[in-house]
Amino acid sequence: MSTALEVPVARTGEPTTRAPGFLADTWNVMLRELRPVWREPVSVLFAMVQPLVFLALFAPLLPAVAGGSALQWFVPGIVAMTALMGASFTGSNLTAEIQSGSHERLLVSPLSRSALLVGRALKEVVPLLMQTAIILLVVTPFSYELHLPGVLLGLVVLAGFSVGVGALSFALALASKDQDWLFWTVQQTAIFPLLLLAGVLLPLEGAPGWLRFLADLNPLAYVVDAVRTLFAGSFDAGVVAPGFAASALVAALGLVVGLRAMNRST
Amino acid sequence: MTQNQTRPSGGPVIRTRALTRHFTRHKRTVEAVRALDLEVGAGELVAFLGPNGAGKSTTLRMLTTLLPPTSGSAEVAGFDVVTQRRDVRRSIGYVGQGNAAAHAQRGRDELVCQGRAFGLSRARARERASELLHDFDLTEQADRPVSTLSGGQRRRLDVAIGLVHAPPLMFLDEPSTGLDPQNRVNLQEQVLRLHREHGTTVVLTTHYLEEADSIADRVIVIDHGSVIADDTAARLKAGLGDLVSLGFDSPDAAATAADRAARLPGADVTLRDSEVQVRVAHGRALVPGLVVDLAGSGAPVTRLEVVGPTLDDVFLDLTGRSLRDAAGEPTSAPEGAAA
Repeated sequence: MSTALEVPVARTGEPTTRAPGFLADTWNVMLRELRPVWREPVSVLFAMVQPLVFLALFAPLLPAVAGGSALQWFVPGIVAMTALMGASFTGSNLTAEIQSGSHERLLVSPLSRSALLVGRALKEVVPLLMQTAIILLVVTPFSYELHLPGVLLGLVVLAGFSVGVGALSFALALASKDQDWLFWTVQQTAIFPLLLLAGVLLPLEGAPGWLRFLADLNPLAYVVDAVRTLFAGSFDAGVVAPGFAASALVAALGLVVGLRAMNRST
Repeated sequence: MTQNQTRPSGGPVIRTRALTRHFTRHKRTVEAVRALDLEVGAGELVAFLGPNGAGKSTTLRMLTTLLPPTSGSAEVAGFDVVTQRRDVRRSIGYVGQGNAAAHAQRGRDELVCQGRAFGLSRARARERASELLHDFDLTEQADRPVSTLSGGQRRRLDVAIGLVHAPPLMFLDEPSTGLDPQNRVNLQEQVLRLHREHGTTVVLTTHYLEEADSIADRVIVIDHGSVIADDTAARLKAGLGDLVSLGFDSPDAAATAADRAARLPGADVTLRDSEVQVRVAHGRALVPGLVVDLAGSGAPVTRLEVVGPTLDDVFLDLTGRSLRDAAGEPTSAPEGAAA
């Protein structure tokens, strides 16, 4: 297959194949991200330590609320907390890849930058599903009432949120390229205000006005409200619709910020 | 692998025009690469040699689309590194300074992922992964987390990943840095084999003199962002001359020999007791004739040593600095040939 070269063209020994498109690249990146999870499923428990601690040590302290057990109120918040923990952590994998050099190899490969970000962010849905399943399995024996259709719709809301937070986490990892303390500082600093201002641990009903105002700005608050309603088997559009909107907003924001960061990555 | 067996006599696969890269650090502009004009032909094995910070890696990062040039242009495999980045990436293999495989992944998985990125079918990607794992003697480590592999095994995996799509052009950024001597030699042999058996064009950076000297067809010496020398290692050194030391039975014989040696063109002769030192270009080629000549002139040679110049001597000659000092890297003893 030696040809007289007029133009210095690539002489690839492999049979020429179609260049994979964006979807194929995204799928490839997502599978790559999932492989360590697949090989070592225990790793999804890592982001669950704190939520499970709260479930075991905090939930029993909650007073029974009107219209159901405290657990019924608390579990959806803990599922949302797990989603936030897992997705905000996920950039640390990229931090490790930036340091070791494998990120650089992917940048020099024909994979599109967008696929490198989107494939990673979409992968967040899988640990979300696994972690939710574990939490529900743990609490169901404790007279937790499971409303499956609502749970499934609630997971859709959480999936959008997780993808968005995951993308933001990757953007943060890329921004922390030469200073990895930055990643952990920002991630740790952001998490608890977001959780508290979403009424995950304690209800916001009795909160002072300024705190309620801050909570109104927190997209996670809408997500948690929607997930609570759905997990309780209600489909009240007045609560569910804002939850979907907040989830979509976080996903869109995350992808825009993440794509900008990834496209600039060198 | 169905690869090209014949060494192509093609045009340049790399062509840069006034390729320049500046960095701004602490409000100061650093010219990492200055107006580089370079051509690399298909099938060449080129080493960029220079101290740390000379601009070797920056040049490589521009050629592999990792870093946009500040000004100037470069074509790699016929594609522009700024406007046709994806085409460049499809045409090249790259082994960076770090590890290609993520430490949480397994080697085989990373090879398959890389194959899929280059458009191989799933079956072909798996097959290719097995071939490369076998070629690089990594089959046993293929299904273990990369974090458990030794440094040498990881480096072999890096090269294997770079070769998944059998690229006609391969870039290696300091491939042997940090490897022990045995692994370094193994890696060099692999690069040479790739070059010889498949006609792959190879561009590597190194600050190991011996590496550039022993494997590269062409050595491009870079200092302060500019090319200061560009030739085969042999020709770069030839200009400096070999140091020929001759021993004799008596000072008289040595004096006779010094007279005769001084007739060699360009020879620089030193006489000390019964020993003569001659610094002369192509000394190795001239010595046999000189020995015969001296035997006929009543000054038979009793001891003989020829020491060739090293690339360090070349760097020293060009810059007034030693590459060893500039690189801050310990290297082994200078090349010598004793007879």
